[in-house]
Amino acid sequence: MSGKTLYDKLWDSHLVRQDDDGTALIYIDRHLVHEVTSPQAFEGLRLAGRQPWRTGSILAVPDHNVPTTDRRAGIADPVSRVQVETLDRNCAEYGITEFSMLDPRQGIVHVIGPEQGATLPGMTVVCGDSHTSTHGAFGALAFGIGTSDVEHVLATQCLILKKTGSLLIRVDGALAPGVSAKDIVLAIIGRIGTAGGTGSSIEFAGTAMRSLSMEGRMTVCNMAIEAGARAGMVAVDDTTIEYVAGRPYAPKGAQWEQAVSGWRDLHSDDDASFDRSVSLDASSLVPQVTWGTSPEMVTGIDGVVPDPDNEPDSVRREGMRKALAYMDLQPGTPITSIRPDHVFIGSCTNARIEDLRAAASVIRGRTVHPGIKQALVVPGSGLVKQQAEAEGLHTLFLEAGFEWREPGCSMCLAMNADRLQAGERCASTSNRNFEGRQGQGGRTHLVSPAMAAIAAVTGHFADVSKEPA
Amino acid sequence: MDKFDTFTGIVAPLDRPNVDTDAIIPKQFLKSIQRSGFGPNLFDEWRYLDHGEPGKDNSARPLNPDFVLNQARYRDASILLGRENFGCGSSREHAVWALLDDGFRVVIAPSFADIFFNNCFKNGVLPVVLPAATVEALFAATTATPGYALRVDLQAQRIEAPGLDAIGFEIDPFRKDCLLRGLDDIGLTLQHADAIRAFEDRHRQAAPWLFNKP
Ligand code: SF4
Repeated sequence: MSGKTLYDKLWDSHLVRQDDDGTALIYIDRHLVHEVTSPQAFEGLRLAGRQPWRTGSILAVPDHNVPTTDRRAGIADPVSRVQVETLDRNCAEYGITEFSMLDPRQGIVHVIGPEQGATLPGMTVVCGDSHTSTHGAFGALAFGIGTSDVEHVLATQCLILKKTGSLLIRVDGALAPGVSAKDIVLAIIGRIGTAGGTGSSIEFAGTAMRSLSMEGRMTVCNMAIEAGARAGMVAVDDTTIEYVAGRPYAPKGAQWEQAVSGWRDLHSDDDASFDRSVSLDASSLVPQVTWGTSPEMVTGIDGVVPDPDNEPDSVRREGMRKALAYMDLQPGTPITSIRPDHVFIGSCTNARIEDLRAAASVIRGRTVHPGIKQALVVPGSGLVKQQAEAEGLHTLFLEAGFEWREPGCSMCLAMNADRLQAGERCASTSNRNFEGRQGQGGRTHLVSPAMAAIAAVTGHFADVSKEPA
Repeated sequence: MDKFDTFTGIVAPLDRPNVDTDAIIPKQFLKSIQRSGFGPNLFDEWRYLDHGEPGKDNSARPLNPDFVLNQARYRDASILLGRENFGCGSSREHAVWALLDDGFRVVIAPSFADIFFNNCFKNGVLPVVLPAATVEALFAATTATPGYALRVDLQAQRIEAPGLDAIGFEIDPFRKDCLLRGLDDIGLTLQHADAIRAFEDRHRQAAPWLFNKP
């Protein structure tokens, strides 16, 4: 018999029951909640006269709608305000731990879970948010769910699931300086496509993944959903355990010793078999930039905008044409000649402290190019913001001409006041370049924090790996 | 949830791959705390020429004549025909609520994104995966024939498509049963409450730190 994959181990250790056809009840350890996808779930619970099963499993935070400017005045948009207040009310009513808007620990749900130690190795973690895959970086089974399933977890602490297939993505070799986790994951999506992981849970492995920090691993797992996967995950190693140690909600003392000894087994066995596998050579990677309206429409900084006429598949060809028309780009245009109007450094993909450090080191002593209308830095959480300020990073950003904001999702999806106008182009460290994602008619190019920073100071996309260190 | 057994409806073709849930229902409408009322804003950015906001009177907004669902022949459509990776992106169930609210009970595509696919079943919407060639044939038939309609028989897992051979489709037996009976799956799960409690006790003993309250 072959060994177990990490996914098998996580699945088996949370299996409550299973029917003959494979339909299973899976127990959920951690339920993260934000304001957008939860109100209808709480309402459904109430209408059915049900109580939450285990409120102690829940951590809630408003992040999508919150303003990133001074918050003491509250939320100006009345519709957003009602949604955030609804979350506050639901949490108060049921005694759920919430980091409300003015709490210094508030931030993007996928940033604060790991930061607080509320995300731990070996857990099942769910949230009504597709980027819940982020938490898989800890050797956890983590995935996004819809609102009906949020209600299901509230009421039963379980989900009805069927096991997915397994996909191993091995990334080996050393990254060149200036090339980061974001470039790895964009290159993976470029290779396997946005549906390449559909029906699968991805395990990211290989020497390049092992040498990434936890923050880098989170960036990669965050975008597993953009490859269509149910979940992304990375095996536990010393890096994981060191990151978790001492976090507020991490186990302590004897519990810690017991936990760590169990976590050491959270990796795929040597003889485990996967349904599929893909490998990528990290040493040949250059920084990546998306040119279209899907994360798979990506190329290296040394590349050009591709020509739809060279695409043999007619559906894809038409998709490329629509994307280029939307992005207002011509085939053959060098990526380095594209000039953004905005730069956004933020989101659950790239707004942790290492991301801000990477961007800050590029802009040190330089200023935002006059062609850039706005350059925004939105830290992933209040604690990331505090840390950055303690290191003086905010001064670097502010002196260079960036705006330094309060934490939240911000221009990643433009539900609050931070958004592009029609036709504007943005170099963004977020995860989705869909039409209208950052504001109706807005055009998004996904890049790493260092690449966003170099675009801000040069006024066009440039190869940050060629910069003198 | 409404039961689903057989359903007959006019088909609307949405000829683009990777239709994402941001396109199905743009983010500004996600601020609602209701489950209904999203229909007029389905595909808002494609459907109208101006910018939509919650509370705006949609009947007074300029329609985009180039958007397929605005064509008179598709106005009463209740079956949506799409391309690969339909429903990718955000987990927002509002996308399914908007489709349902606008009268769609069936979505047919060569492939779906996982969370969207799951959300459909929770709301009595049937997502049908068909081979790309079959989808292609349906696109051709739909665009060639005004008023082209399909009859979907869930029990028999069969679609009757005028001019084509009957089309069989696969569906997970558990999900099929829930749709046919209009079942609330929370109620079903709670039938196993004892098993959940027993699991929880074992789990707590094995890994007590998982139960530390944040
Ligand atoms: S930062 Fe963007 S992707 Fe992440 S949770 Fe917020 S809106 Fe979603």
